[in-house]
Amino acid sequence: MDDQTTSSGLVTADGQPLKRSLQRAERTRKLTALALVGPLLAFLLVIFIFPIGQMMWRSVDNPQIVNAIPRTLEALQEWDGEGLPDEPVYAALAEDMRADAELPRREQWMGRMGVRLNYELSGARGAIARTSRAVDEFEPPFKEAFLDAHRNWGNPELWQILEREGRPLTASYYVAALDREYDSEGKIVLRDENRRIYVSLFGRTLALSGIILFLTFALGFPIAFYMSTLPMRYANLLMICVLLPFWTSLLVRTTSWIVLLQQQGVINNAAVAMNFISDDQRYSLMYNMQGTIIAMTHILLPFMVLPLYSVMKNIPPSYMRAAKSLGAKPWTAFRRVYFPLTLPGIGAGGVLVFIISIGYYITPALVGGQSGRMISNEIARHMQQSLNWGLAAALGSMLLVGVLILYWAYNRLVGADSLKLG
Amino acid sequence: MALPSYASPFERFWYYAFRVICALIFFFLMAPILIMIPLSFNAEPYFTFSQKMLTLNPEGYSLRWYAELFSSDSWMRSIRNSFLIGIASTVLATTLGTLAALGLSRAHMPFKGLIMGILISPMVVPLIISAAGMFFFFSSINLAQTFLGVVLAHTALGTPFVVITVTATLVGFDHTLTRAAAGLGAPPTTVFRRVTMPLILPGVISGALFAFITSFDEIVIVLFIAGVEQRTIPREMWSGIREQISPTILAAATILVMISVALLTVVELLRRRSERLRGIAPR
Amino acid sequence: MKTRTMTALGAAAAIMAVGGVVKADDPVNMTVVSWGGAYTESQQRAYHDPYMEANPHVTIINDDGSANALAGLRAQAQAGNVTWDLVDMLPSDAQLACDEGIIMPIDHDAMLAPAPDGTPASEDFLPGSLGECFIPQIVYSTVLTVNHEQFPDDKQPTTIEHLFDVENYPGRRALQDRPGTNLEWALYADGVPIEDIYDVLATPEGVDRAFAKLDTIKEHIVFWTEGAQAPQLLADGEVAFATGYNGRMFAASEVEGQPFDIIWDGQIVEWDGWVVPADGENVDQVMDYLYFATDTQRLADQAKYISYGPARASSAPLVSTHADLGIEMGPHMPTNPDNYYAPIVLNNDFWADYGDELRERFANWMLQ
Repeated sequence: MDDQTTSSGLVTADGQPLKRSLQRAERTRKLTALALVGPLLAFLLVIFIFPIGQMMWRSVDNPQIVNAIPRTLEALQEWDGEGLPDEPVYAALAEDMRADAELPRREQWMGRMGVRLNYELSGARGAIARTSRAVDEFEPPFKEAFLDAHRNWGNPELWQILEREGRPLTASYYVAALDREYDSEGKIVLRDENRRIYVSLFGRTLALSGIILFLTFALGFPIAFYMSTLPMRYANLLMICVLLPFWTSLLVRTTSWIVLLQQQGVINNAAVAMNFISDDQRYSLMYNMQGTIIAMTHILLPFMVLPLYSVMKNIPPSYMRAAKSLGAKPWTAFRRVYFPLTLPGIGAGGVLVFIISIGYYITPALVGGQSGRMISNEIARHMQQSLNWGLAAALGSMLLVGVLILYWAYNRLVGADSLKLG
Repeated sequence: MALPSYASPFERFWYYAFRVICALIFFFLMAPILIMIPLSFNAEPYFTFSQKMLTLNPEGYSLRWYAELFSSDSWMRSIRNSFLIGIASTVLATTLGTLAALGLSRAHMPFKGLIMGILISPMVVPLIISAAGMFFFFSSINLAQTFLGVVLAHTALGTPFVVITVTATLVGFDHTLTRAAAGLGAPPTTVFRRVTMPLILPGVISGALFAFITSFDEIVIVLFIAGVEQRTIPREMWSGIREQISPTILAAATILVMISVALLTVVELLRRRSERLRGIAPR
Repeated sequence: MKTRTMTALGAAAAIMAVGGVVKADDPVNMTVVSWGGAYTESQQRAYHDPYMEANPHVTIINDDGSANALAGLRAQAQAGNVTWDLVDMLPSDAQLACDEGIIMPIDHDAMLAPAPDGTPASEDFLPGSLGECFIPQIVYSTVLTVNHEQFPDDKQPTTIEHLFDVENYPGRRALQDRPGTNLEWALYADGVPIEDIYDVLATPEGVDRAFAKLDTIKEHIVFWTEGAQAPQLLADGEVAFATGYNGRMFAASEVEGQPFDIIWDGQIVEWDGWVVPADGENVDQVMDYLYFATDTQRLADQAKYISYGPARASSAPLVSTHADLGIEMGPHMPTNPDNYYAPIVLNNDFWADYGDELRERFANWMLQ
């Protein structure tokens, strides 16, 4: 442990102390290594990590109200939160609306505020759109003019929302993503039963992923075991049956399941032809949960088989023989000796399948129907159809955090470096 | 694991039952992929075997869906786009990924765990989240609905595979070889070209193939950031499945399966070559 | 208001100058966003092909993104990277986009062709169809359609009520994944007279009543998103009933020979038309195209390929026979008196006011 003291006295040929020379060499090597990794690291930080961060920022970003009605918000500070605010607030609102209308259309905030408020209170957008068209004609007292223009201006709830959400950051997307809402006193409470969806959707996503995980394990374990007992030549041949699906386009595999599962499809036709069922009793295998489960099990099975096989291949067969020769029944030998040795493979395959399936989008969208939908489909719906990008970002962030926790566990369990491909 | 002669009847039964179960599972894996190959030659616009097909009557078969595929402007455009985007993003991903793997394999790499985590992240983050993030970011810098945008996105998704496969070939890499070459006076580029590259080449190529298939197969990001002019084959299939589901899709699918078979063969050959080179003898 | 007139004047001036601004040999790629399938096909043949023939330097590329048109417009406007040149969308979404300033205001008389007899465009288009930023093309209807092979001959469904009668008319039902049309039909089938539907739906009890009616068939529903999916589901035998756009159902049953019967009872009538994204690259070319593609003859021509009614009064007498089949198109039009016996005219004002609330509730209902 004293090489420091011994080396400090040594010098290299050109007279430099060896320690400094070594340090410099070490630094050069570090820099070279960093220079090699640098381009990709920078590329991913810009093209991948930053966009995701930016997307997550949207789940708390709340610029619409602050920018649309600065004067109103200032006047609202005087308000006690009970009933309706007084005339000065309405006058400030009229002023805000007129100022906004002066801006070029693309820079106006009022429309965006309407969209934003509508997430909190249905019908708020209508109130804003209608009033901002009429506000030029308003005359004092403004309070009456607003109340005449749209019923929602007489709704204290709207004013509470304006006061609560009139700041640059918001938690309300997460509140909504957890099926909760603010009550009239500003407390976070559970939503009405018929409006709770996301928590149960997360639950369903986890349940479906769990079922798929179990099925891939139940189907993957026997064949991985069987292949590991065969001579390399035959095992490699059978391996093609696992690798070909793995390399085949996802859309191709989903298409083929549509071909197989639809009511006029191969499975139903075969069942009718063999008189299992009559023509009008065809199974509904698609556009429901079964469709998602069957197709995804098929798609993810190779991800379970490959790590299992690579672990099993390296378990010496002599272990089982030793257990048996010591008097263990085959089942006991398997359970007590062999199975525990496969656990790393099960862990690796299991986490892989689970991570992939909770974020799955394409297959549920094509064959899942309504009951086979998963959280990704809901994120896509808010991205493209309902256009509630803040809520999409909140749901996405929650999904991402979940996946990262699982990945971290996977890393602790087997190490990312050991990920084998093909 | 042959059946010993002293096996009990139950063991005998289990021996055969287990093989039947395995055969069924292999059938489950392969059947969906194989089934559409004959169906793509269906003369009828349906997704099931017609009577004529089952009796192997030549009239039941035709190449009409292939003819339709190759005469359709939108399909041809998507095929061109898929290769264009696939190849461009593969070249980028392979270059960046190989360099990074070389850096990572050095013993002196600081923050190795953190950096590895970032480099692998495109593989771990659910695609819908990557797609949503890129949709906003690329829209704001004018990259949405451009070829460059799709290529960059696919490059990001492909790099983890290159990093992993090249790192794997470097695990058994004997660093004394490069030191020896350098000691004998070879400049670093020559060392890389003549010593390092031949040894890691199998890893680079199989990483490149993974990157290519990742781009070639990718749909979620294309759905979000590609415009109509950047449509790829999976995007065209997506529209086809949701709209006019005709056997043309099966013809395209069959061609894709052929491409996968070709890629799979190359990867397998490379893997064996790499194991031989690194002295890991196959058992 | 001032900006609007200015823009209109500017655009009008641009049209005058089209010949000078766009050189005939400058190739122009125009991306036209529409609904895909049979509908895009009809636009291709009635508008795009003749236009490209007259203007060889123009290439029209079809994008079937109309189902997500508002999202696409917002994203492109926000990025300042507008790649869509022309978008086909519904008037309610068009009004939203117009309020947000991401599509161009239209001065119909200055920008569009008058009728052959000189009637200005604003008077020629059917009453109530024009929007601030919206140029109507067609009047279409959402209709209930059945696959008649799924029912015995003596027990074919004929009314909206049968859609909700699972006992006597079994089979899965394909409905659109949005509240519009579904809630109206639920009330109609529950016995609400057509003229009262929107009044009832404006009350919380009415909404509950509609959802309660939908609950009775919920486990038999398959939801569709894009127009082309409905006839596909019906043709594949996945469902026995499907609601869908009458033109697509026409294409499936008459052109492809599918065993479909359209039930005109309670058909829900609405407009569909063009909007022009603000700040597009080819605005001049697009305005030139629109002048051509929305004239009296072209709108009548589209009816040769798909059974949607032209939005101009002057086009109606010109509607003739189907281009390929040679059958009279009149009887297949939603507005034909034989079909127009119990129409529900979609109330866009109602949906503007209550749409968000109902869309949210419907989305939740679907997921539960």
